[in-house]
Amino acid sequence: MTKKVATKICIVFLFLSCNIYASVNEEAILSDDYPNTLSEFGFFSDQAKQIPEVDVLSYSLITPLFSDYANKNRFVYVPQGRTAEYQNNDVFKFPIGSVLIKTFSYKKMNVNNSEKQLIETRLLLNKKNGWDAVTYVWNEDQDEAFLNIAGKTILTEYFDESGMPINIRYRVPNKNQCKECHLKNDSLVPIGPKPRNLNRMVHYSDGPMNQLLKWETMNLTAENHEDIPAVADFTNSNESLDKRARAYLDINCGHCHSKTGSANTTGLYLNLNESNKKSIGIFKPPVAAGRGAGNFKYSIVPGNPDQSILLYRMISDEPDIMMPESGRAIAHQEGIDLIREWITAME
Amino acid sequence: MRILIIITFIFSFDVLADVIIVPPSDNAQERIQEALILANPGDEVHLTSGTYSIEDGLSLDIDNIILSGEGHENTILDFTNQMTGAQGLLVTSNEVMLKDFAIINTKGDAIKAIGSDGIYFINLRTEWTGGPKSSNGAYGLYPVQSKDVLIDGCIAIGASDAGIYVGQSENIIVRNSRAEFNVAGIEIENSYYADVYNNIAQHNTGGILVFDLPDLPQQGGHHVRVFNNQILDNDTDNFAPEGNIVGEVPRGTGIIIMANSDVEIFDNDISGNGTMNIAIVSYSYEEAINATDYYPHPRGIQVHDNRLSNSGFNPDMDKEIAAIVKGLAKQTMPDIFWDGVLPLSQMIFGQPNEDRLVLMDNVDSSFMAIKPIQYMLSIPNPVTRDSIDFRGNIKPLDAVTIDLPSRYND
Repeated sequence: MTKKVATKICIVFLFLSCNIYASVNEEAILSDDYPNTLSEFGFFSDQAKQIPEVDVLSYSLITPLFSDYANKNRFVYVPQGRTAEYQNNDVFKFPIGSVLIKTFSYKKMNVNNSEKQLIETRLLLNKKNGWDAVTYVWNEDQDEAFLNIAGKTILTEYFDESGMPINIRYRVPNKNQCKECHLKNDSLVPIGPKPRNLNRMVHYSDGPMNQLLKWETMNLTAENHEDIPAVADFTNSNESLDKRARAYLDINCGHCHSKTGSANTTGLYLNLNESNKKSIGIFKPPVAAGRGAGNFKYSIVPGNPDQSILLYRMISDEPDIMMPESGRAIAHQEGIDLIREWITAME
Repeated sequence: MRILIIITFIFSFDVLADVIIVPPSDNAQERIQEALILANPGDEVHLTSGTYSIEDGLSLDIDNIILSGEGHENTILDFTNQMTGAQGLLVTSNEVMLKDFAIINTKGDAIKAIGSDGIYFINLRTEWTGGPKSSNGAYGLYPVQSKDVLIDGCIAIGASDAGIYVGQSENIIVRNSRAEFNVAGIEIENSYYADVYNNIAQHNTGGILVFDLPDLPQQGGHHVRVFNNQILDNDTDNFAPEGNIVGEVPRGTGIIIMANSDVEIFDNDISGNGTMNIAIVSYSYEEAINATDYYPHPRGIQVHDNRLSNSGFNPDMDKEIAAIVKGLAKQTMPDIFWDGVLPLSQMIFGQPNEDRLVLMDNVDSSFMAIKPIQYMLSIPNPVTRDSIDFRGNIKPLDAVTIDLPSRYND
């Protein structure tokens, strides 16, 4: 066999192996520049229908961040032959080349129609120098999403449970705003995929399976032998009120309101691991809250939700009062109800 | 990209930097934000004269950027119709200079810098143009957890907390600035090494506050010099939303020092403050009791060579501290007041010498301190009015210096 033929066979082999194993464009993931369109990454076999490639796995969180009632499709990609590692109480340590993908959408019509308006697809790309965040905004034809750096306002509507249309001024975050929430000790990190927030049964096309086990069988993660706790589903009334409330505060507030997050200037820490009552807000006075304090003295007054700054800021939709500061334009009634119940029950 | 890149020039260290010029337009927010994201370290983003109507907060996260306008009366970022963002402009990067523009009517804070190592506010104006209102944003200029903070030639008007607020920061100069019609004119809080000089603080509720609060990542505020300022006619009713610490400040207070260590107040003109010119107080709220690593009492406070006049003519009786002082002072409100609160052992056995309050050569000033044990035992007239007991040698604090990066030294 001549050298030339061998090379050719090699190329053919590489070509085939690319097609079989690596539909995802790893070069695009690791590059300093961003492709102009989402499809250049090759995450989806049918992008408009949000059907992922075989090596991109859909996942869901037990208690997710509230984002103006948008639906979220989440996907994870880990490069072939590499695995994410368990970290105690923290997000998986993903290998370089991994991507977390999240598409935001609203139901187009009332409850009986499942057609969606895709709004944006956010990516967290684990590059050589660490995680990087970028978002792609869907076009009107809904056949492609385009790179967006500076953020964007999208006036749209969603349909509530009773089928009523609600107008919404949806904000696509700019690059800096991604960092505001995803920053921990000066580096960008994912927030959602902590093992404890993935630890539940999920229905896959080949049947139900625990999500962590599925990740293991797909070799996304190394085998784990330790007991993994599970956060409470904040909507599950069989769980204790305290667990549900803390799970909700953890995912909605704890990324900034922790000792390592960007709201640590406030001394209010709402991450699940915080146990100091005052740091959680109980009889804690505000620091630099301005109008956010709402004429109240403490973040949480046990038994008295209507005197508690925490709830006041969840209810508000005014930019200088509401919490979180970004990522929502309307109030999350189910979250408000839960936190009200939690504070009311406190002694 | 419709941003014009028209000028490049060479710095002394041979780096090519761009000046990215953004003129006013219908989608100014996106244009400015895009420039602030796509700029490279060393670039200048320049906003030409005119009014930019902005609905969503701006942010900057690139080091070594100049964001400039053409003067704080000419380049105006107007947030009257703001829809999102807890502030007008958020800076999270290092060695950033903001100069020669105004930010008006933000829903929350005007300019916040968090965790900046080198943040320079030069000739800026932050203002709520509808006058003092509790619906105004909390802070005008608001660096927090930052190092090497320079605020020079700025104007801050109408903030419902503090016009110029430096919190949990280190190495700070606030000078040549004017703060008026705010609740607090200038506030240095939980900060280390600050020089506040050549400023005018007038028509606020309180002129200049030097505070230390418990339960924060950085506490133990110390080494603050306040000198050569005009702290005059602070006569605006307190309009802070309740629940905020500045909501306790009486209308007509010149300077308040609360729970800080090593503060030198000298060579200021302090006058026309209807409650009192200078108050030195402990953080006497219940939160202090269980706070860790927190010292709630002022110590090492030196007040000297100030020109004090015309105070106490209209004390703000709605505020507890003013009512207490008025009740004890009878006819003559003091220019300088100390609440006398110390740890119990020090109230009995006396303060360490280096912690003692020192008062020297404050022209025409009257003084009052509470004797707290007598006060608690309801003994009549539990005060001293004799400042001679507080004479001592002044130990000047060192000046603060900030070394600007060479490109900013022009």
